[in-house]
Amino acid sequence: MGRYIFRRLISLIPVLLGVSIIVFFLVRLIPGSALQMYLGTQVEATPEQMEELRRIFGEDRPVPVLYVEWLGRLLQGDLGYSLRTGREVLPDILQRLPLSMELTFYALFLSLIIGIPLGILSALKHDPATDVAIRITGLLGLSLPQFWLASLMVIAFSGFRGWIPMGNYIGFLKSPLENLRMLFLPSLAIGIGLAAVIMRYTRNSMLEVMQMDYIRTAQAKGLAKRVVIVRHALRNAILPVITVAGFNTGYLLGGAIVIEEVFALPGMGRLALYAIYQRDYSLIQGIVLIIATMFVLVNLITDLIYAAVDPRIRLDTKEG
Amino acid sequence: MSRLLKNPIALVGLIIILLYVLITAVSQFWLPFDPLQMDVAHIMEPPSFKTGHLFGTDEFGRDILTRIMKGAGVSLLIAISATLIGATIGTFMGVWAGFLGGAWDHWIMRLADVLFSFPSLLLAIFVMAILGEKTYNVIIAISIVYIPQFARVSRGAVLAIKNNEFVRAAFSSGADRRFVLSRHLLPNIMMPVIVQSSLSLSVAILLESALSFLGLGVQPPNPSWGNMLSGARKVMLLAPWTALYPGLAIMGLVLGFNLLGDGLRDILDPRLRNIK
Repeated sequence: MGRYIFRRLISLIPVLLGVSIIVFFLVRLIPGSALQMYLGTQVEATPEQMEELRRIFGEDRPVPVLYVEWLGRLLQGDLGYSLRTGREVLPDILQRLPLSMELTFYALFLSLIIGIPLGILSALKHDPATDVAIRITGLLGLSLPQFWLASLMVIAFSGFRGWIPMGNYIGFLKSPLENLRMLFLPSLAIGIGLAAVIMRYTRNSMLEVMQMDYIRTAQAKGLAKRVVIVRHALRNAILPVITVAGFNTGYLLGGAIVIEEVFALPGMGRLALYAIYQRDYSLIQGIVLIIATMFVLVNLITDLIYAAVDPRIRLDTKEG
Repeated sequence: MSRLLKNPIALVGLIIILLYVLITAVSQFWLPFDPLQMDVAHIMEPPSFKTGHLFGTDEFGRDILTRIMKGAGVSLLIAISATLIGATIGTFMGVWAGFLGGAWDHWIMRLADVLFSFPSLLLAIFVMAILGEKTYNVIIAISIVYIPQFARVSRGAVLAIKNNEFVRAAFSSGADRRFVLSRHLLPNIMMPVIVQSSLSLSVAILLESALSFLGLGVQPPNPSWGNMLSGARKVMLLAPWTALYPGLAIMGLVLGFNLLGDGLRDILDPRLRNIK
């Protein structure tokens, strides 16, 4: 397992390098240089000051050189300075990151504890009517605009104090219970669609596994139905569900970004929107880079969990 | 086509989509009210047959049904164009990579891997931030999200059939690459690409509405379902209908594409029929 993890970590390097290249060069496609945008907010500069600024903004050097310099600073944890406030970008991002991550994983947790049990229960009933009902529920889950559901929740629960976080966000460390209660509806709005999808996958996977010979053997041995389902069927049926859940964290993260806007939560999404409205490109660059890195790591963790549950994966060294 | 009509899931999806297309067509010639004209005397009126505002009016007194009808065309136009562009470029790259193999395959797929490292919505937001908030930029942003997805699907399909006997037979009977590509490979990868397109259309509607909701997509006063929901946020506690109907409109169309895509997948792969 150790070697497998190491090999996967190494394989991340080219991907993250590619991400940094795309983020760096795309931002440079924006018409108008960063220096012009910075000067737009400042008073006139003297020729000497202009010379100095041009050097700081790197306009005297070719772009590939700037990329290497930027990458060097990046590896030291320096994401640069905001074009608007002049503050360091990284601390501001790190301050907002935990809330968005909490929303994402809270939503993932809710979608799993709703989706998997319902999927197992529905797998016990295998008839055409249930088949169609579960299938349509799963598709409805895919079709639900998360921010719309969130808006409806705000309307429906506006009378319940403490459940709708409107401008009075309380951090997890300050009061875990209040925090979890406050983020329950936002996380549910993000995750309920995925719950429906997970339910459908769990059910399909269970039905498939239940047809296997070893399940029939277990049943023929006279094992209790519960034991057969939990010990024998579920363990194998859960594999594709893990993959579906893991690869949908990007969808949840995207959902979190939009939902923060609905519930006025101070996370990465609101910071990103602020940065875009303010045309603060160094901040945007930092946010995109951090979120993409998190996403790549989450996908890696999904793969590792999958490998831990299913030892056969590790034998497959070619496609690892 | 006849198989499509026999699959109830796909059929219902197709009917829903055609209904939206019909609404879009009608809205080009006739709308119940003016979608942009503000009317301060009738702001936030609840839905009613008497006033003719079946879905009520918004915070500027504009008829919500009218704006939803007008928004249908915008959403369909963006979703269809973005999917078409993404599918064309992505499929071209995927077929190229799968067919030629070697270094082309390696670099095209590495590029796809990198693009896959961004969550879809984040990538779309990032591209919008760079290009600026214009309707045609929404199309570009969503198609960029789709290119790697189609590249992966079509490459997989090409690899799956590239070494089949009928392809090798074609080569050994003297057919050139272009002939094999157009006569044997393309027809066989069309089905997975079509299924992917249907699912992509549904996601495109959601992406567009999310971008417009965040103020990065279609700009007011032009109606789109997403920016209607954004406008509703200020008044939805007083006038819930401003938030209810645009969202239902989004969900209906997205569900239509999802039903069609899911049904098409059945038709494509009969083995799935037993377990769905």
